[in-house]
Amino acid sequence: MSTPDKFLQLVIVVALFVGVMVLILTLAQLARTKRGELLQSAAFLLPAVLMIAMGLLYPALRTVYLSFRNAGSTAFIGFDNYQTIFTNSDQLNILRNTALWVILTPVLATGIGLVYAILIDRSRFEKFAKALIFLPMALSLVGASLIWKFVYDYRDSTQTQIGLLNEILKVLGLDTYRFLLTEPWNNLFLIVIMIWVQAGFAMTVLSAAIKAIPDDIVEAARLDGVGGMKMFRFITVPSIRPSLIVVVTTISITTLKVFDIVRTSTGGNFNTSVLAYEFYVQSFRSFNFGLGAALGTLIFVLVMPIVIYNVRQMRKLEAR
Amino acid sequence: MTTTPTVPAATAKKRRAAKPGPASEAKAKLSSPWASLAAVVIAVLWTIPTLGLLISSFRPEADVKNSGWWTWFTNPSFTLSNYDAVLNGSNTKLSTYFVNTIVITIPSVIIPITLATLAAYAFAWMKFPGRDTLFVAVFAMQIVPIQVTMIPLLRLYVNPPFGLPQLAGANAPGGGFYTIWLSHSIFALPLAIYLLHNFMSQIPGELIESARVDGAGHVQIFTRIMLPLMTPAIAAFGIFQFLWVWNDLLVALVFGGGSLDVSPLTVRLAELSGTRDSEWHLLSAGAFVSLIVPLIVFLSLQRYFVRGLLAGSVKG
Repeated sequence: MSTPDKFLQLVIVVALFVGVMVLILTLAQLARTKRGELLQSAAFLLPAVLMIAMGLLYPALRTVYLSFRNAGSTAFIGFDNYQTIFTNSDQLNILRNTALWVILTPVLATGIGLVYAILIDRSRFEKFAKALIFLPMALSLVGASLIWKFVYDYRDSTQTQIGLLNEILKVLGLDTYRFLLTEPWNNLFLIVIMIWVQAGFAMTVLSAAIKAIPDDIVEAARLDGVGGMKMFRFITVPSIRPSLIVVVTTISITTLKVFDIVRTSTGGNFNTSVLAYEFYVQSFRSFNFGLGAALGTLIFVLVMPIVIYNVRQMRKLEAR
Repeated sequence: MTTTPTVPAATAKKRRAAKPGPASEAKAKLSSPWASLAAVVIAVLWTIPTLGLLISSFRPEADVKNSGWWTWFTNPSFTLSNYDAVLNGSNTKLSTYFVNTIVITIPSVIIPITLATLAAYAFAWMKFPGRDTLFVAVFAMQIVPIQVTMIPLLRLYVNPPFGLPQLAGANAPGGGFYTIWLSHSIFALPLAIYLLHNFMSQIPGELIESARVDGAGHVQIFTRIMLPLMTPAIAAFGIFQFLWVWNDLLVALVFGGGSLDVSPLTVRLAELSGTRDSEWHLLSAGAFVSLIVPLIVFLSLQRYFVRGLLAGSVKG
């Protein structure tokens, strides 16, 4: 397709959509009596509800069903796919990697974000300092992975380096290091990318929470002679606890679904695959729909409690 | 969902702009020079990788491949040829993919936001049986990771029920864009409905009631009263959805069917990155081409952006 063709398609779909919406709303307008309430509700609701039912509810149930069937979805095989995930050594490696991601990323990103938020609080350059850390959040994870490719690039110690970290190693007189290839540590270097992206999110939310701590609490604590690290431990952290929980759980959810970084940086090679990436490989590369569906369902099951907890905490936060 | 924390923050700032807060107290006791140093170290660590990419993208090919970007400070050189090669070069032609990203993104933002605003209005201000149950059901759909829906959804596109037209495959209408548009729209709906509903239900009910008494239908109330009031909320979510779609890789990979005709920038860049003996000079310029739009959005609409991002952070 040529570029004008594509823009034509763009115009067609938007015009089509606007046309349909105008038609629906005109019909709803005709039924604007009290009795026509149900018809009007249907006009407002049905498009969205039908799309959710067809595109989310049905596929999710169907995936759970497929996870109990074989690779070609032709026969029922019970829990075999799940057994594969929890016994096959490759799959166990993936579970270990995922655990590593989900534990390290939220903790470190939140920790760094919190420390930074406190350090720059009310400083002259606060706005600018925040923008610097927050910026990676605006980039695609593919872009972030490419940026870090330039940091991790490996060349033999005798050569000129173009990767920043190996240049530093070389200047220090050490051997250069295969950051993305050396198992199992390469996982950590991929996680660093995610921390780099997510710290800005943590910093922004926590900074807002810190600024919302009531004056009187701080004042009273100060009169009691509390200061420094004690203030941090006994006043700041407890006061922002709900926000801290929301940040940690939110980052955990995002991390459980991490896909782009692994795919762009290593392609899941050198034992760096994680659940969401393996789901993609099994479903759309190996066409093992049973195992793919089981991996998808596993993500679902792992994410569910965190999301529910996260939403409850957020509602608490909003109610305050 | 955390749109609120930013609000008390703003008021708190006004309330006690002059007094030192608990954080600065902690900071003061941490002996200020060290605190400043730590902040600067973090800021520098966070900025250097991006800076390296930016500098690399303006260096000639031979320089990028043979020396680190930091040597640019002692041995500066400048060229736009990487950008030229990346955008117009015969085998990269990122401009095509740039167009694809734009074509994918615009409907994928307009459609879900329109549908979600309508649905949110219905949930907030219309009376029909089973309203609350249905709202909880829509709300609950947020917990479904998009991965869980992908295999059956793709099959629906290839073998649609009820004699609906096939959306994927060689003869797909619109060259295959419809599957991507539709998927992005579907995935955005539960969160968008929830957020816009939160906002909409805060609008005083008397406003709607008095309009109804005057004989206005829901369509009039929606277009004349609600939409103007909803603009900030719609903008916040719109920006979030825009960036989500612009930066997406997975949805485009799965539903674009690997056809380069409809692949966005992210897919092409990921592919370039995977090739052996990386074309470093093209990668750096290419990455920057893909980053520039989110960067502009970020810098110009930072306030909305932060709000929207916080609100939508559990999506996906």
